Amino acid sequence: MCGICGAIAVKGNLDVPEGAVERMIGALSHRGPDEYGAWRDERVLLGHARLSIIDLGSGQQPLGSADGRVWVTFNGEIFNYVELREDLRARGHVFRTASDTEVIVAAYREWGADCVERFNGQFAFVLLDRDTGRVMMARDRFGIRPLYYHRHGDVLLFASEVKALAGWPGCRIAIDPAALGEVFTMWVNVPPHTPFKDVLQLPPGHVAVLEPGDDAPSIRRYWHPTFLPAVEDHRHVAVDERDRLAHEVREALADAAEIRLRADVPVGAYLSGGLDSSATAALVRERTGDRLKTFSVGFTDAAYDESVWQRLMADHLGTDHESIRVGDAEIAGAFARVVWHAESPLLRTAPAPLFALSGLVREQDFKVVLTGEGADEVFGGYNILREAKVRAFWARDPESVSRPRLLTRLYPYLKQSPPEFLKRFYGAGLSGAGVDPFFSHRPRWTNTAGIMTFLAADVAEAAAAAATAAEERALAALPADFAGWGPVARAQYVEMTLFMAGYLLSSQGDRMLMGHTVEGRFPFLDHNVAELAGRIPASVKLASLEEKALLKRAVADLLPVEVTRRPKQPYRAPDSSSFFTGYGAELVAEAMSSEALLEAGLFSPDRVAALLRKWQAGKLTGVRDNMAFIGVLSTQLLARQFGPEQERRTHDAALPADAVVWRGNT
Amino acid sequence: MELRAQIRGFLIENFLFGDTAPLADDQMSLLDNGIMDSVGVMELVAFLEGDLSLGIDDAELVPENLDSVDNLVAFVSRKREASVA
Repeated sequence: MCGICGAIAVKGNLDVPEGAVERMIGALSHRGPDEYGAWRDERVLLGHARLSIIDLGSGQQPLGSADGRVWVTFNGEIFNYVELREDLRARGHVFRTASDTEVIVAAYREWGADCVERFNGQFAFVLLDRDTGRVMMARDRFGIRPLYYHRHGDVLLFASEVKALAGWPGCRIAIDPAALGEVFTMWVNVPPHTPFKDVLQLPPGHVAVLEPGDDAPSIRRYWHPTFLPAVEDHRHVAVDERDRLAHEVREALADAAEIRLRADVPVGAYLSGGLDSSATAALVRERTGDRLKTFSVGFTDAAYDESVWQRLMADHLGTDHESIRVGDAEIAGAFARVVWHAESPLLRTAPAPLFALSGLVREQDFKVVLTGEGADEVFGGYNILREAKVRAFWARDPESVSRPRLLTRLYPYLKQSPPEFLKRFYGAGLSGAGVDPFFSHRPRWTNTAGIMTFLAADVAEAAAAAATAAEERALAALPADFAGWGPVARAQYVEMTLFMAGYLLSSQGDRMLMGHTVEGRFPFLDHNVAELAGRIPASVKLASLEEKALLKRAVADLLPVEVTRRPKQPYRAPDSSSFFTGYGAELVAEAMSSEALLEAGLFSPDRVAALLRKWQAGKLTGVRDNMAFIGVLSTQLLARQFGPEQERRTHDAALPADAVVWRGNT
Repeated sequence: MELRAQIRGFLIENFLFGDTAPLADDQMSLLDNGIMDSVGVMELVAFLEGDLSLGIDDAELVPENLDSVDNLVAFVSRKREASVA
């Protein structure tokens, strides 16, 4: 795992200002502290910060072909590089290293930009073909690895993280106030947008090609999640077919986990205490027989803590288990660094404990962990998927009294909520069933958008317009067959392509892992597993309202019965209450003061003052209020980091000139 | 303080954080207009029971009583009259 960066002259030759390379690569050194490399010709600069995992001796980057005509800088892993290398050798390609990077170069030569379709992996790379002058950029199917770009004059800058773009001398990155409207509604910026002005991200599952003379890259999608047409998705599945499907899932998942053990350093695993990471760890154990090293995070607040389950699973598998426990002090204490790594406004503190967890992994000298991320999206674990099913069922009989009551099976806390109000809240938009493509997410988005009230008057209008435009962008990106999918499949698609890619895999994934120089690998997000799951009817994946019913069946014999039977506990962390005392209180007092709010110019000081009064009175208990609190706090921190502190941070991160190894030209 | 002003004041401070614009009139639904969510109802009930010292039965937790300023004023007035009588 690594960080990549560079610059491409869109017109004329590339002038690389003094210090540019050291500053850009330096800003990514947490992603790859083992080696720093750069290469350039008259038009293109490629930079690389390396975390050595495969081919420790000769996998340096940027890497060129033997004839020096194709060069690449690459972040991530191509897990099937061994098989691809054999295939490419048979086609006459010669390899000088044992790295997966060199496979990208040969695969590009063999198949052109379509080579990405052959890769099973998590990757972002930029490749230069000097024979044609073409530059190709690519990002993996789910968006596990990030890739940003920004036009600065006649130069196209790119990098794994936005902070590295700011390393180019003269380039200033600024928060886009309107973009807050997207996050404050949908939780994410809809690609290619980001929270920053004129900074774009290559969307997941896309390649971009910039031919000489082009002013901007042309972008093409090469993959998206697919599902069955509604009729097939809802069909009855007989017991023997169901059991056969469960077996197929088990095999595909075990293959996906096994191929993710390919590394020249030891690979550990996270144990959350839930089904997904337990399944991954158990499959690895079954396939390899090795004693696994496992890691988990617990909470001092029992309401969030799953230590008992983590311990149970570790004992069951006989793993060498390490855990940490976090409380308010750790969450509040790390929050500013969490925001710096996430590079986005956050609506929850949930990334912070994961940042602490990757710190534990690093302390134990591990560089790679497997996690259970993606299982809920792929196999139907989330409440929002079950909620979509209930609401679609209810919409067929809107006057029904009993149908909305099914919601209390998903959200037991709603039992305290008066039934009539429940009906009104979740009944909003019910008429959109089958019509509104975002039917499943409408209650969440509408409720989240309530926090727009905290925006400054002159920001609010642009933010609302940006939220509308983002939804239109998401709508335009829906695949042609989306309209024929059932309610669960539609909800899965929206959840995978927006929330998972834009929030879970970045703010709770790549960024929190790489913040401590740890690479995450996600067997459930192997596209073979996801494609198989997409071909299986929702009626077995989510039998009745049981979450991940088929997955449970597939791995039941590997796990303690308590783990498969326990109700799903959504991963959460204490939000605004984490900041009540000590350092957290100081951080809030400073970052959310009227002066700080006026300086950033994004929020209304009066509204935020009212929010703080409610918080101080201990009455900030609702989900929406907590989203607002964390949203304002994180945005204020981000505005400072990418505002007054930007130049200092970039300067401090710069490498000494002799730290960067320039790869030879031929 | 006049009851209506007291109720409006609570809604504006507690749910709208001082923004009066969303509560444009006293007939509008608090739920349908996103002023209050289904969990927010519990905060409203805490206000009625605490600040206004009303006793409320579960059966009274219906939109007809709670889902607009007018409904709230009428509901609280009825409850007060009933307790005096």
